[in-house]
Amino acid sequence: MSKVNKEPLLHITKRKELPLKQTWMIRIGAIAAALIVSAIVTMLLTGLDPFSVFGTMIYGAVGTERKVLILFKELAMLLAVALALTPAFKMKFWNLGGEGQILMGAWATALCMIYMGDKIPAFLLIIICLVAAIICGAIWAMIPAFFKAKWNTNETLFTLMMNYVAIQLVAYFIILWEVPKGSGKVGIINQSTQAGWLPYIGTNSYILVILFVAVITAAMYVYLKYSKHGYEIAVVGESQRTASYVGIKVDKVIIRTLLLSGAICGFTGWMMVSGVDHTITTTLAGGRGFLGIMVSWLAQFNVIAMIFASMLLVFLGQGAGEISTNFGLNESFADILTGIILFFIIGCEFFINYKVHVRKKSGKEEA
Amino acid sequence: MKKKVLAVVLALVMVFGLSVTLTGCGGGEDGYKVGFICLHDENSTYDKNFLDAANAACEELGVVPVIKTNIPEGQECYDAAAELVDAGCDIIFANSFGHEDFMIQAAKDFPEVEFCHSTGTKAHTEGLDNYHNAFAHIYQGRYLAGVAAGMKLNEMIDAGDITADQAKMGYVGAYTYAEVVSGYTSFYLGAKSVCESVTMDVTFTGSWYDEALEKEAANKLINDGCVLISQHADSMGAPTACENAGVPNVSYNGSTQEACPNTFIVSSRIDWTPYYVYAITAAQNDEAIDADWCGGLEEGSVVLTEINEAVAAEGTADKIAQVMEQLKKGEINVFDTAAFTVEGAALSTYMADVDTDADMTPDTEAIEGGAFMESKHRSAPYFDLKIDGIKLLDTKF
Repeated sequence: MSKVNKEPLLHITKRKELPLKQTWMIRIGAIAAALIVSAIVTMLLTGLDPFSVFGTMIYGAVGTERKVLILFKELAMLLAVALALTPAFKMKFWNLGGEGQILMGAWATALCMIYMGDKIPAFLLIIICLVAAIICGAIWAMIPAFFKAKWNTNETLFTLMMNYVAIQLVAYFIILWEVPKGSGKVGIINQSTQAGWLPYIGTNSYILVILFVAVITAAMYVYLKYSKHGYEIAVVGESQRTASYVGIKVDKVIIRTLLLSGAICGFTGWMMVSGVDHTITTTLAGGRGFLGIMVSWLAQFNVIAMIFASMLLVFLGQGAGEISTNFGLNESFADILTGIILFFIIGCEFFINYKVHVRKKSGKEEA
Repeated sequence: MKKKVLAVVLALVMVFGLSVTLTGCGGGEDGYKVGFICLHDENSTYDKNFLDAANAACEELGVVPVIKTNIPEGQECYDAAAELVDAGCDIIFANSFGHEDFMIQAAKDFPEVEFCHSTGTKAHTEGLDNYHNAFAHIYQGRYLAGVAAGMKLNEMIDAGDITADQAKMGYVGAYTYAEVVSGYTSFYLGAKSVCESVTMDVTFTGSWYDEALEKEAANKLINDGCVLISQHADSMGAPTACENAGVPNVSYNGSTQEACPNTFIVSSRIDWTPYYVYAITAAQNDEAIDADWCGGLEEGSVVLTEINEAVAAEGTADKIAQVMEQLKKGEINVFDTAAFTVEGAALSTYMADVDTDADMTPDTEAIEGGAFMESKHRSAPYFDLKIDGIKLLDTKF
């Protein structure tokens, strides 16, 4: 039995850190490839001029002053959730419960606005809503964290299930609060008095919300990079044993970090109800609890990169609507384009980290 | 380091984008622009019905529709309305009940633009000159569809498939408020007008569009012995379940015959075209639009689809034509108090909740001249009585 040592057609090796220029080339290449593939798909499926489709997408995201403001509002919302989830992820605690934590914050805000709307001075009500939202979001994250720290339960499932509990809880309260009875709609809360609403700058509170998130972003950057807590999170994430060995109380760090994670999610829920939507629905979080995970990973937990990752997702999302408006295409088509672009952008990270070797054409050297 | 590069690349994408914007999309087409905001897209029978009417009305008037689909019932609706104003629309329509508050908010912020909201209830109390509600006397359409259902039941009884006592219909409703109650009650009364022994079970899904739930609900009703199904929810769930089980179906929002050739009988629907034509024309001529507009059979707002002769009982078309004439002439009143009882007694007075408020205070006498006056005091339905013969299986929503 003679063993022929056959080289596989393709094999993959881990790269050393690539020179900056080369990573640049790969990423630009990926985006170019994404645009070319989307253009071809567009032409084949719809027969439309791909440049006008791209143009429309961009117009939809940033075409007018209002669109830019809405873009940044959406960016702020998504970024806030991504920021909330990041400390937990850095600690390798898979918090998939962002959706539920946001909803609980939103629920607490709506609760206070509905029951205290006409009884308390406006400013005080906003503060009460804020505190209630932060506490509820934090509790929702702390429950799975506590079980993880004490009994090492699986946080992935636990946080995920907490989402459904939150959705059902909100669904129940919507039935209590709906107007008219049986319609399933709470409508705008305190529309005439605007009690509990964040103050307007212009005709809405978007700028205020954007400012809040800017502050959180800066704070989170400092917290993760320069604080003792941030360092502890990193160590626990690398190895819990090491962390214990150097005297870090792992249980405490897990619970503390998740309290922070949930609190920021709750804060986001507060911004949604008090600052943006002024209503509550079971779908208020709008999938941001999950999209935020993607942002956090896409940016590899780097706070600054997260701004751009959220920007990319929001940009694609906002642009997508305009395509269906302008060309009468179903929104699914915009989703296809978004999918192609994300596929290439995420995929190119593989080629930055790994090298693919193709088998060289070799004759029959070995007998 | 890597991330910084990613950041720069992303920034480049935007720059590339902006340059395309400048060369590419300018203002779009010229002409009078009309905005439409839809909750879902054409995959929902409800939204398709609106979209078809929007396109038909705009074509008839030679104006340009600007349509935004998949707009949730939140701030997104306000944003969409504001963007439509920016795009130069002078009149904007929204189609879902939960859009109402956000349309009102937009109407306050953009007083020079007309905002029209289908199925809403607040225009007559809000007191805004540029905010309007619209609906149709769709209970008349439901009644006619009910007549077709009743005739089908009679056919089954005559053929010996079921006894008169087994003439039980099932109804899949979305929510438990007046819009749905008025719909299933008029459907039931239509059936009862030709088939005296009919009863009906109603179940609710708690969602306007949930294909799986609607299908499951229809299957539950079929298993409970319902021999004919109708629905007031917007997916293909119930019609599909009927086709699979071979149970006749009276549909809504439009014909489902193509997907359900062996069970579809007929469908009633609101044709929004007359309203759109009316409101757009008024806006173009700077005339006032009614705070509440409600079209009926005469205006062409309430229509029935083609009858599927393969499934419908013999003579259905003639009977429907006859009843339709009587409804048009006012010889029949759908909610005639002689035709139904509530807890065993005929109704002589009923205070309905017409002015929407958080406490749901009954405020308006709805019985007049021996009938419940539906859609008279506002366009959206307010008939919310539980009449005898209809059993609500669950009312959790």
